[in-house]
Amino acid sequence: MMRGERSRLILLAMPAGIVLLTFFLAPLAQLVAVGASGENGVAAYASVITNSRHLASMVATVVLAGLVTLSALAIASVAGLFLVRHRFPGRNLLVSTLTLPMAFPGVVIGFLVILLAGRQGLLAAVSSASIGEQIVLAYSIGGLYLGYLYFSIPRVILTVMAQAETLDPAREEAARSLGAPTWRVVIDVVLPALRPGLISAGSICFATAMGAFGTAFTLATDIDVLPMTIYTEFTLNANIASAASLSVVLGAVTWGALLIARRLSDTAVATGA
Amino acid sequence: MARRRLGFWAQLVFTLAVAAFLLVPVGLSIVAGVTRTYLIGIESGLTLKWVWQVLDMYSDTIWLSLGIAGACLVVTLAIGVPLAYVLARTRGWMGRIVEELIVLPIAIPGLAIALALIVTYGGVGSFRQNWSFILTGHVLFTLPFMVRPVLAVMASGQLRELEDSAASLGASFRQRFLNVVLPNARSGILAGSLMVITLSIGEFNLTWMLHTPAMKTLPIGLADSYASMRLEVASAYTLIFFMLIVPLLAAIQIWADLTRVARTRPAPR
Repeated sequence: MMRGERSRLILLAMPAGIVLLTFFLAPLAQLVAVGASGENGVAAYASVITNSRHLASMVATVVLAGLVTLSALAIASVAGLFLVRHRFPGRNLLVSTLTLPMAFPGVVIGFLVILLAGRQGLLAAVSSASIGEQIVLAYSIGGLYLGYLYFSIPRVILTVMAQAETLDPAREEAARSLGAPTWRVVIDVVLPALRPGLISAGSICFATAMGAFGTAFTLATDIDVLPMTIYTEFTLNANIASAASLSVVLGAVTWGALLIARRLSDTAVATGA
Repeated sequence: MARRRLGFWAQLVFTLAVAAFLLVPVGLSIVAGVTRTYLIGIESGLTLKWVWQVLDMYSDTIWLSLGIAGACLVVTLAIGVPLAYVLARTRGWMGRIVEELIVLPIAIPGLAIALALIVTYGGVGSFRQNWSFILTGHVLFTLPFMVRPVLAVMASGQLRELEDSAASLGASFRQRFLNVVLPNARSGILAGSLMVITLSIGEFNLTWMLHTPAMKTLPIGLADSYASMRLEVASAYTLIFFMLIVPLLAAIQIWADLTRVARTRPAPR
């Protein structure tokens, strides 16, 4: 590096550094402090375990996010592998359709779920016409599941497709020619090769589902996911310390999930190579 | 393969079903937005009445969103592109820490970031009541989406070579940055810009906490209409949102396809 380059680089990084320090790191530190400033002090950070309402909310959110992640991975693996392996007319359009909703906001997805499974929804109309009973899913955990699945599928499919493009078809051919049935080829050859992609897509999917707010907000479901609990603590109960400590815990969980996953997929790549 | 096997058709049907799950509700909302009475259905007639009503009631939310997205783009370009360059040049532990730091706003839910901003700056009335408060949240959230694609292009070996030859010909740091680095990183800059605008226009989680009744962005207005307006109006509003966001999303995809083709082709020597 040339003389004086270093100071120029520091100068270039300065604006972003100041913004991140002032509006991100300092506020996060403040949030952690505020979380411990309530009447319970530092114990507020244990409220996800000690407060039964917070615990129920945490458990519901983790279960929901976990289920959505597993479903999205399964769906995206089948569809993603299929789209990478086959060329047919309309394929590109299909890929676009599957990835287009990626940046739809959660509120809009909540509304789409209402149109699909709400009181005036498609499912209600079809079910009352066919079985004479109106099925309404939107305002229960079923509606949340559908909404979360909706925003997860596009992200996961993209990652799975990127990973599937690196697969070596010769290894499958070899397994097949040695007489392995299709399900064994999938379990022993395809899935291990997809593993890094599945782990990273799964962790992003899980973290996003844990922190999703807009969808639950629109659906106003009878189940309180953690972001809704935080929001209620903040606005209705004006319990800022509780809201702050819960959001710090939530942030730690989502960040932790992403960190662990990156470690796992890094080592998987390393051992695979 | 001359004849498709059974497995092919089963997977095709499955994939089409997934696409239908994503597409059908969008279609429903478009239809509902231009239908006179949704409960009766299209037989009740098509109308643009609801679209006009939305434009009448909510056009200020559309302008505010576009304004914030534009300002967000300017800020992320101004601070993100130089940062990406610095990161491309410093590959040590410092660089890794900074990289980790800027993707943190993706990992931490928007609700938590918004709360952090409120407990820190909520008391500063002139800032809290200003649209720049929302802008601050949007910049934090979108910055990684600017830095990452730009960094990916800048970290490629080719750019280093170009810069070194420019330096050996006597080009100053400033000349190299403006005339060599920036033009060569334009594919990453464009990809990042499209993503920043798209995400800013659609951002809700942070914005809902940061907004005041006097400043509502498009997604805030949407949430408002979902809670209080009839289904047709809410759908018409969603239709307007789709008309803004879908071209942007399509542009992101097309650009990604174009640059991937360019990258997989052997570089001309």
